Formats: sequence, structure tokens, C-alpha cells
Amino acid sequence: MTEKVLMKGNEAIAEAAIQAGCRFFFGYPITPQTEVAAYMARRMPKVDGLYLQAESEIAAINMVIGASAAGRRVMTSSSSPGIALKSEGLSYLAGCDLPAVIINIQRGGPGLGGIQPSQADYFHATRSTGHGDFHLIVLAPNSVQEMVDLTHAAFDLADRHRMTAMILADGILGQMMEPVSLSKPDAADLPPKGWATTGTGGARPHNIINSLFLQPEELERTNLERYDRYARIETHETRHEAFMLSDAEIVIAAYGACSRIAKNAILAARSRGIRAGLLRPITLWPFPKKAFAAAADTARAFVTVEMSMGQMIEDVELAIRCRRPVALCKRVGGMVPTPEEILAKIEEIAGGVR
Amino acid sequence: MDFSSLRLIVLAGHYGSGKTHLAVNLALRWRAVRAPVALADLDIVNPYYRAKDASAWLREADVRLISSAFAGSNLDAPAVPPEMGRIFDDDTLCAVVDVGGDDRGALALGRYAGRIAALRDRRAVLWVVNPYRPLTGRTDDALAVMGEIEAAGNIRFTGIVNNANLGPETTPENVIASLPYAETLARETGLPIVLTSVRADLLPAVAGLVPNPFPLRIFHKPEWVL
Repeated sequence: MTEKVLMKGNEAIAEAAIQAGCRFFFGYPITPQTEVAAYMARRMPKVDGLYLQAESEIAAINMVIGASAAGRRVMTSSSSPGIALKSEGLSYLAGCDLPAVIINIQRGGPGLGGIQPSQADYFHATRSTGHGDFHLIVLAPNSVQEMVDLTHAAFDLADRHRMTAMILADGILGQMMEPVSLSKPDAADLPPKGWATTGTGGARPHNIINSLFLQPEELERTNLERYDRYARIETHETRHEAFMLSDAEIVIAAYGACSRIAKNAILAARSRGIRAGLLRPITLWPFPKKAFAAAADTARAFVTVEMSMGQMIEDVELAIRCRRPVALCKRVGGMVPTPEEILAKIEEIAGGVR
Repeated sequence: MDFSSLRLIVLAGHYGSGKTHLAVNLALRWRAVRAPVALADLDIVNPYYRAKDASAWLREADVRLISSAFAGSNLDAPAVPPEMGRIFDDDTLCAVVDVGGDDRGALALGRYAGRIAALRDRRAVLWVVNPYRPLTGRTDDALAVMGEIEAAGNIRFTGIVNNANLGPETTPENVIASLPYAETLARETGLPIVLTSVRADLLPAVAGLVPNPFPLRIFHKPEWVL
């Protein structure tokens, strides 16, 4: 009937995963991401895929390890407390160098917190999603369309680099409805999964998927090799969006839902003669350090807008080596910053309306 | 749709078909000709974007909002508002009931099914459809969801509302292109298309081209919409 359809962010992620060839989904319900699982439950049987509601988040992530080890595209989703439960499995995925896609539709915390939107899992996603030295590729959409496009990208990135890619969104993005185009991406040129445990057929040595290394020298070497790979990913896979940035003296750093609100505030600031602009990280790991460093050459100050007590602000300060002041505009606990609050912070830094 | 003979309008349908917006608009329209009017939020599925978001409009128009104390809060409890019984007990009250999506949402209707049916031709149980929602974009899928809702809620629909829309990108052509879909559903079910709901600013462009057009005001312009 039309090229576009009207979807919730959570549904868009699920459909995009199916388009990307994901035929295994292991989930467990939690607000505000439950529609991912509900959509998968309805759709997977129709595409000869498997939807399985596991007995817990921990069971689900371990099922992901199994499907990925067999070389199949696989996904799980949850919201903040559920992602915390998956931490051990995420570390094992990294230790086994297995590709997978994981969705975090963040809600307020800590603890059980609440069901309203939040961005307080930034540290958890980018610093320490589990024990040991490892990273996830962390993608931060800011629209339902980007939830489709970045889910497609997440599967390709995961397979290309043999690591887990996370979509880090929030309850606003998961629950909001927008028109989207579900055009299927072209198949990427990806390395074959010669490492997968698909049966030797008596024709090749056994493939072993494992994160246990009996010799420390061997474990050190795998860690060093993994970080060489991470360095290449930092060089080639970093993404960001610039909005009214080229002449901006005050640079707003915001990702996800906050970046949309920040754009409203930037337009209001511009109408009052304040040159504000937006630098939106689309990859939170790898963080777009070069773009921030370049912005610091011309900007007077930075403001991060976050639904957290100030987490991404540390990456901004590191990226610009603290050459400029970085302020924080925040709401937490499920509350959402307003354009007026962001504008007030911009004006405060600009020294009042000019 | 003739409001004058009705006392209860129940809106059910697929998740995300636009029931809440329609419920708010129907309640406001009804209040223009009748009093008292209530809007009852019976949604036990949706955590966000509830009728409560339109509470300022409803208050201003003197439409009573019957809503769970937990709607829009941090408590994820599928609670039915305690005041629900009043819409059946108070025979002077006209009410629009906004039911949660799909069969899961319709479960909440079950306990009221007998009382809804007892209103006979003073009640309208409307099936809200939007062909631009992918899981109900095909008429056979939509009919399957309709059957699930009727079974879960122990209700029978009495009419169809064609709420074809692509959110803020909706064009008059989108609405007109949905007519064969709505007509197929009407033919397959024997139900009349009682309303074609259209965003108010698009109404002039489709007037005379769609059956029973009904203007929708959009009450939710969130901060994150640029």
C-alpha cells in the first residue's frame, strides 16, 4: 500500500532483526522493552525462526551464546535491570569472540528503579558490561528509523568483528511511534564463519568455542589481539551526527532521545543569537573522540544533556582533554529534560541572552 | 455516528492502532452535546502514552477521566481503575472506554462483558484499524487479531473505525488509499465503517471521499518531536 509503515521503536528493532537474518530470539519480558519480545513471538514462527521466552535473563543470554557458537544470527533484548543480569553472559560472549546483538531499552535506576525512560546505563554499556577487559560496539539511535537502520548495522558489525553489538536506547524511543521505511539492506561482504561449531562432517578438526585459557601467556595474547581489533574498530566504525555545528560556540553533546530535545533548544538559542550546535554520538563505543577534539578547536564550551547523573560527560572531557569547560544538563529517575531547561543552561553559559 | 442514542462507546483493536487519540477526541465531541461524559482508560498493557496525557484538555472540557492511579507512574501494574463500575451503575453517564491493545489488552473487558452486552443498542463496540501498522497491514492478519480480541474480551464488535495514519507524515492520499482495506474488513465481518478518523487539518482534502469522516486533534506533541 505504501513504502512506509507506522511502528513503535521496539517493534522496529524486532522487524529489522528479522530482515537482517536473525532467526533466533531469546527473551524475557520487562517494561519498557516487552514489545520486542511480543513482536518476535508473533513473527518468528512465520519466518521459520525461533522465539523462546527463557526462564530468566541469564538463561536467555546463555542461549544466545549457544546459537551464536553455531554460527547463527541471534538477538536478545531487555531493559536496564535485565541487562545487568546478562552481564556474565556478555563477558563470556566477548571471551569467546562471538557475534551477537543485544538491545537495552533503558529505564530508571538503580535497582528496580522505575519504568520511565533513562540513560543511566551509559557507563555499564561503554565501560563495564561484565567482568574482564572487553568492549561492546554500542549504537545509540534517536528515531524509530534509526532503530531499524542501526539494528541492521549491528548484525553486520557483530559478524564483521566477532563481537557483541548493543543497541542502547531508552523507553521513549522504545515506546514512541513513527513512520519508518523497512527497506532491506544490501547484504554486506562479511567474513565466513569458519569458526562456528556446525559439525565437522569428519572433514576438518574440531572448532572449539571457549573463554577458558589454561596458560596465562595464551590468555594475555588473546586479550592483546582483541584490543588490536578494538583499535581498528575505533578507526573505522565511529559514527556521529553534526547539527549546526560548524560555527557553534556552545556545543551540545547528547545522544538518543535527549539529542532530539537538544535540537529544539539549539533552534531556540539560535533565534536568540546564541550560536549553539549539536554533536551527537551515534556510536557510544567507539566514542567519536576526533569529532569532539575538532569541535573543541572552535567551541567555547560544551554541555552534555543526559538522563543520568552525568556519565557521557566524562567521555566528552576525555575526548577534548579538558581544553574547554563541560557543563551538565540532566534529569534522572524517569524524568525527561525539556527544551527550556537545556536553553536555560545554554544561556547561563553564554552569559545571558544577547 | 449518531451519539444521541448511545451511552457507551468501547474502543478496542490492535496495539498502536490509535485508540487513545480516538477515545479522547470522541469524548470531547460527545461532551459538546451531552453531559456528563467520562473517558475510561482500561489500558492494562501500555506503560507510556496514556489518556492521562490529555488530562488538561479533558478537564477543560469537563470530561471526567477515569484512570488508574498508576497510569504514567513508575508502577508497572496492570490495574483497572476502581471507578470503572460507575460507568455501568450511573445510567446518566455517557462513557468512552479506551481498551489496551490486542487480545492481551482486551482481557480487561471480560469482567464487564455482560454489562456491556446488557446495554444492547445503547452501546457501540468499535474495532479500530490502521492498515499502516505492519502486523495488521494485511486484511487476513487484521481479521485474525479481531477474532483474538473478541475471544479474549468476550465481546462482539458492532462497527469499524478506519484510523489509517502514518503519524505526522500522514497525507490525504494515505487515507484515501486505505479505503479498499477498510471495505474488505467491512465486507468480511458484516460490520459498518462507522467512522474514518482523519487528522483535522487533512479533513478538507478527504471530505466527500471517505465514509463518515471524523476530525482528530492531536493532543500529544512531545518535547522530543522536532
